[in-house]
Amino acid sequence: MNGTAPGSIRGASVLLADLEKKYDRTNAVDGVSLDIRSGEFLTLLGPSGSGKTTTLMMIAGFETPTAGDIAIDGQSVVAMPPYRRNIGMVFQNYALFPHLTVEENIGFPLKQRGVPKAERAKLVGEALELVQLPGYGGRHPRQLSGGQQQRVALARAIVFKPRLLLMDEPLGALDKQLRENLQLEMRRLHADLGITFIYVTHDQEEALTMSDRIAVMNDGKVAQVGRPEDLYDRPCNRFVAGFIGESNFLPAIVRSLEDDIVVAECEGVLVRALCPARPATGTQVTLTTRPERLRFADTLNGHAPQNRMSVTVTEAVFAGERCRYMLRAADGTSMVLKEPSSAAIRRRNVGEQAEIAWSVADTILV
Amino acid sequence: MSATRVLPATVVGLILLFLAFPIVVVIVVSFSSATYLTFPPPAFGLKWYEAYFSSADWLRPTWLSLWVAAAVVVLSTLLGTLAALGIARLPRAARIVVAGLVLSPLIVPGIVVAIGIYYAFSRYGLVGSPPGLIAAHTCLAVPFVVTSVSASLAGIDPRLEQAALSLGATPRGTFFQVTLPLIRPGVLVGALFAFITSFDELIVALFISGSGAVTLPRRMWDDLRFQIDPTIAAVSTLTIVLTVVLMAAAHLLRKRAEAQVTRMAKT
Repeated sequence: MNGTAPGSIRGASVLLADLEKKYDRTNAVDGVSLDIRSGEFLTLLGPSGSGKTTTLMMIAGFETPTAGDIAIDGQSVVAMPPYRRNIGMVFQNYALFPHLTVEENIGFPLKQRGVPKAERAKLVGEALELVQLPGYGGRHPRQLSGGQQQRVALARAIVFKPRLLLMDEPLGALDKQLRENLQLEMRRLHADLGITFIYVTHDQEEALTMSDRIAVMNDGKVAQVGRPEDLYDRPCNRFVAGFIGESNFLPAIVRSLEDDIVVAECEGVLVRALCPARPATGTQVTLTTRPERLRFADTLNGHAPQNRMSVTVTEAVFAGERCRYMLRAADGTSMVLKEPSSAAIRRRNVGEQAEIAWSVADTILV
Repeated sequence: MSATRVLPATVVGLILLFLAFPIVVVIVVSFSSATYLTFPPPAFGLKWYEAYFSSADWLRPTWLSLWVAAAVVVLSTLLGTLAALGIARLPRAARIVVAGLVLSPLIVPGIVVAIGIYYAFSRYGLVGSPPGLIAAHTCLAVPFVVTSVSASLAGIDPRLEQAALSLGATPRGTFFQVTLPLIRPGVLVGALFAFITSFDELIVALFISGSGAVTLPRRMWDDLRFQIDPTIAAVSTLTIVLTVVLMAAAHLLRKRAEAQVTRMAKT
């Protein structure tokens, strides 16, 4: 964290305790507990209807929880109206006031706080500088591009120096190139400001590149919380394994246990997998692996990973930087293997028999 | 031009002429020099405008109509805007019922409304008095304000109000700094329609204006029944001009409001 940057403040900590929101009979948010640390960049990631936006709206104060508590810096805010919470918020469609200029939009939160005009102009100028839009103050939102509007929305949400910034799919409406630029910019801003960011998105790549930690949400519940690499390498359930990145799922039966490793029978061979839990011998389980972590055994000279399996190539697609193979295992389970492309590597043909190998560390029992 | 085009063009032209003819006749006659209603006029002059502007019998009802309409604009704009804001926040079922009741003066035949108002007002001594007229015309004008403001409200992104609240504006501050500026075109269009509704209104005025609160339309009605001279054509022309100007203003405001909504939708 960059503590020396001008205007750097200590971010707020946010505690969600058994948060619940019921609409009629359905639970939009169903017992969410999260401990968001001061200065953290936390992303709520999930498909639409997973409760991520409702959770954010409850933190902002636009939805009232039906049960549970929200504490900011240890103080419950459930009974506090949104305009007293002092939280910055960036909306998906920017929500800039169309009747006000860029300057007036950014000055809006300062005006509400009684900041004198001269001071306001100075802070607005600084905020425009920060989002790289100096000189745009006199324009109206409709005269700006989508990306510029989003920067103004960002400037407006941080100009009053809140200690917590909420963002609801802020880059959803922008094209890929612009989105990637703004992602980097938001990371830089997060580092410079030192405030806590809570970011909502359904885009797993965005979540992986930007966040300190990700809370994956499904059906109103938190499916898993962790650093991006933890979620990718150690998904703790099938939903997370399938939602973040691509995964192969192999049905298996537990045969024995060795320390924290499970030996399971899968497609007629014994496969070793990491497993923090201790399933009983004979249990039906599912093993998961990432397609890019499988290798054709004959390309691995020297070190041979422990897990091996014979497969048939059923589909071969050349996709530039990599080749993508669909494989069929002995019992008929389909798997995907992604191999970095190289003119030096022989490409497999459909119908070919092959042996694949992968390491135990890349095999997770979910 | 081919025959297949000439025929429809002629039909459309005839229909338009049919629609505009009465207005054209009135306007032409108002500039007549004759002392009786005749078309086409023998010669032209401003005699009947002069007669209008020098007759207290015409000017008194004109002023009454103007200030009754002004009072109706103030009252109905205030009530109608508040009603539209309230209706928008009601749950669906209640919204339909309340909106239906508020809009009922538009739906119920004018004569029925007039009879109802007459019976109710005569009981409280409101017949033949300007306050009675103002109250009755406000009932008729509120639906126009509600319709117009509701349309404006529907075009506003609810997240704009949330954004204002998140930035520290109180609900009151949010209304005056965000909601009201955004629905202003709708409020102004509603106010213009309220003015026209009251200024042009005859049926209710026939029942309740009595002899103490004679409005301009009522005076015109009486004039036609008891004497016929071209002053009425001059008065009609002046009211046509006023109405057209107000309608044009309403149209322009609506255009501007629509442009703003589409711009917001595009972003």
